[in-house]
Amino acid sequence: MADLVQLKGVGKSFLGTVALSDVDFDLRAGEVHALMGENGAGKSTLIKTITGVYKPDSGTICLEGSPIQPHSPADAVRLGISTVYQEVNLVPNLTVMENLLLGREPAGTLGIRWRELRRRAEQALGRLSLNIDVRAPLGSLSIALQQMVAIARALDVSAKVLILDEPTSSLDADEVESLFRVIKGLKAQGIGIVFVTHFLEQVYEISDRITVLRNGKRVGTWNAADLSRLELVSNMIGRDPASLDRVESREVEDASGAAILSARQIGRRGSVRGVDLDLKGGETLGLAGLLGSGRTEVARLLFGIDGLDSGELKVDGSRVSRVRPGHSIKLGFGYLSEDRKREGIFPELSVRENVLILLQVKRGWYRRLPMRRQEELAKELVLRLRISPPDIERPIQFLSGGNQQKALLARLLGVEPRLLILDEPTRGIDVGAKFEIMSLVEDLRKAGRSCVFISSELAEVVRTCTKVLVLRDRHPVRTLTGAEISEASIITEIAGH
Amino acid sequence: MWTWAAAVLVAVLLFNAVSTPGFFVLTMRDGRIYGSLVDVLNRAAPVGLLSLGMTLVIATGGVDLSVGAIMAIAGTVAAGLIARPTGSPFQGGRPSPGLAVPLGLGSGVVAGLFNGVLISVLELQPIVATLLLMVAGRGIAQLLANGQIVTFSDVGFAGLARNAFLGLPNPVWLMLAGLLVFGLLTRMTSVGLFVEATGSNPIASRYVGVNARAVRLTVYALSGLCAALAGLITTADIQAADANNSGLYLELDAILAVSVGGTALAGGRFSLVGSLIGALLMQSMTTTILTRGVAPETTLVLKAAIVVGVCLLQAPSFREAVAARFGGLRT
Repeated sequence: MADLVQLKGVGKSFLGTVALSDVDFDLRAGEVHALMGENGAGKSTLIKTITGVYKPDSGTICLEGSPIQPHSPADAVRLGISTVYQEVNLVPNLTVMENLLLGREPAGTLGIRWRELRRRAEQALGRLSLNIDVRAPLGSLSIALQQMVAIARALDVSAKVLILDEPTSSLDADEVESLFRVIKGLKAQGIGIVFVTHFLEQVYEISDRITVLRNGKRVGTWNAADLSRLELVSNMIGRDPASLDRVESREVEDASGAAILSARQIGRRGSVRGVDLDLKGGETLGLAGLLGSGRTEVARLLFGIDGLDSGELKVDGSRVSRVRPGHSIKLGFGYLSEDRKREGIFPELSVRENVLILLQVKRGWYRRLPMRRQEELAKELVLRLRISPPDIERPIQFLSGGNQQKALLARLLGVEPRLLILDEPTRGIDVGAKFEIMSLVEDLRKAGRSCVFISSELAEVVRTCTKVLVLRDRHPVRTLTGAEISEASIITEIAGH
Repeated sequence: MWTWAAAVLVAVLLFNAVSTPGFFVLTMRDGRIYGSLVDVLNRAAPVGLLSLGMTLVIATGGVDLSVGAIMAIAGTVAAGLIARPTGSPFQGGRPSPGLAVPLGLGSGVVAGLFNGVLISVLELQPIVATLLLMVAGRGIAQLLANGQIVTFSDVGFAGLARNAFLGLPNPVWLMLAGLLVFGLLTRMTSVGLFVEATGSNPIASRYVGVNARAVRLTVYALSGLCAALAGLITTADIQAADANNSGLYLELDAILAVSVGGTALAGGRFSLVGSLIGALLMQSMTTTILTRGVAPETTLVLKAAIVVGVCLLQAPSFREAVAARFGGLRT
């Protein structure tokens, strides 16, 4: 089969950080080519160089044999390369047909030729065998249908290549199925499709070939039928289960006593389902799985950021009906979000205020901590976590990422929580800080506190956790305990087969 | 935060010192100080009070457009209780000046809570929610006044605006008392921290358990209270409540005073002192223009120009651009 798109030796750096180096990639007409990789692997950078968002530093891109240099997404669309992103980038309060032809409405002397617009909109949807009322506002459709309208819009201009960037992350099973029907139809029309997703099952269901990226490099390209799930996961994570020894498995006396937190079959529509877990004092529970496997979603359910649709949650043996962050904090839980900037720091406020706000919330409106006590406490925490610079009055936005992260941990430690929920506490920080954070978690465990620990780095999970709940495609797969915990066993469970 | 506003305020005053003879002259008569400076302080008081409440509202990331209308409501309630105009809901009873202040202030708090409920419980956007009362509030005030300008004569109530204490007019003391109360409230309790947290990062503040609903209700209620006090002062000053014109457009002056004073409209850090300096700057510009005999039509344009200038001076990006431009020329 002829190559529709061919990338040779593509490289791209941002301010000295290499995002892609010497990547080859090819897409054939009429195939679905899955692009896989963990966080920071370079998937989105690769896509953006193809679609003209970024200009590659080195290498060539060929479309049907002739070199192209798209300098904007609109330019790429003209060449026949269209992209549909995870979030639908359309206008919810315009109608379906207006969205389909937005920016290229058929115009006559008296403005838009509505009849022509409608005819062309119906034609575009017909190509995907979709039966949608083109006069309905886009916002009234389900997310899946909106997604398909976005695809129809992308295809309306004689596209040869369609890039789908995590199109299924907010869809339910039956919605995914109808999307896949559409994709198969397009395949039959000879369109080449690049499919980015985190869901292993879907990769094997729809794709012909799989390319894995890791740390900006291409690990390899395989026919989907020739690559086992275990090999795929090992390649994505960069660990070969056969070569991993089990020295990391740990001796931990069984935690005794009643569960602080237990969940039975908890879940939420469009998120995770059927999660069971028990957490006692002195236990650290790891949540392991690929990006998008539902790790963060479980953490959010446990802390009460998202409400439960199903199942029940017990704290100290008594059922809680409606969990909210405010209640969780009163119960002695602490939560560290994976998104430090958006969900963690108060950028303009000082380190002192950022660190002590949780303690102040627990004390209430009237019992304000006296300033001298605030300074003492903040200095103590800053020293304990080695936050640098040790200036408690500096606005937190001027600290480095690792120090911001430590300040957020200091915030939690300041209230001496019984249960910590840490989502990627070590992401994007230097090795020294990583080590400090992990030994901190270990100290807390020894002091009889519990922790839910999420990390993409399996080695960290193995080193830190006494139990590991493995998730795949938003379902819990298995709970590993004690000596069962090793990188190899976790990878095997993530891969599933 | 507010150094630039203070610097411009000093510059405006110095300009007057040079161009208007006697601007800085203060005279003592009947135990009361007279002079242009006192006049500026006295006239700035209503906007100063509005800007205190507005500061907290803006720090949470909101805005309160209804303060002018709340001034009209509070003034009408007070005037109605004293004058008992026929055809109004206050008709018939005995004149009750003793109730004018508490019920006037109470009406402002109720109006503020109404805003707060719309915003924190029903989750309307602040600009839309307070726009409702900005429009409807004057209607309510007219209904309360039966469509008339309610005039009254009550020495006690008028004293709220007209009498002096330790040589300075009462409104000046009320403005300073407002600053003191708000300063203590925000810095001696954790209200200030929670307000700043809510405005700085609403998601993070939810995750640390800040009760954003209670924070918003509180700041809008306080803004209503400030507006009511400002309304009572203006009503007492002219011994009449004019539902159509009392406090008209003052919400805009208050918002300008707050932003000139260094509080970001996006929310977060706030400065009460800065807002009062902003209010004084607005009033000193008005006074300057009037004493210079410039046509009053140009007042607003000139005010706008100076406000834009101060805001630009505060913006780090603008300062950097200027520094780069002129720094580049020098080297």
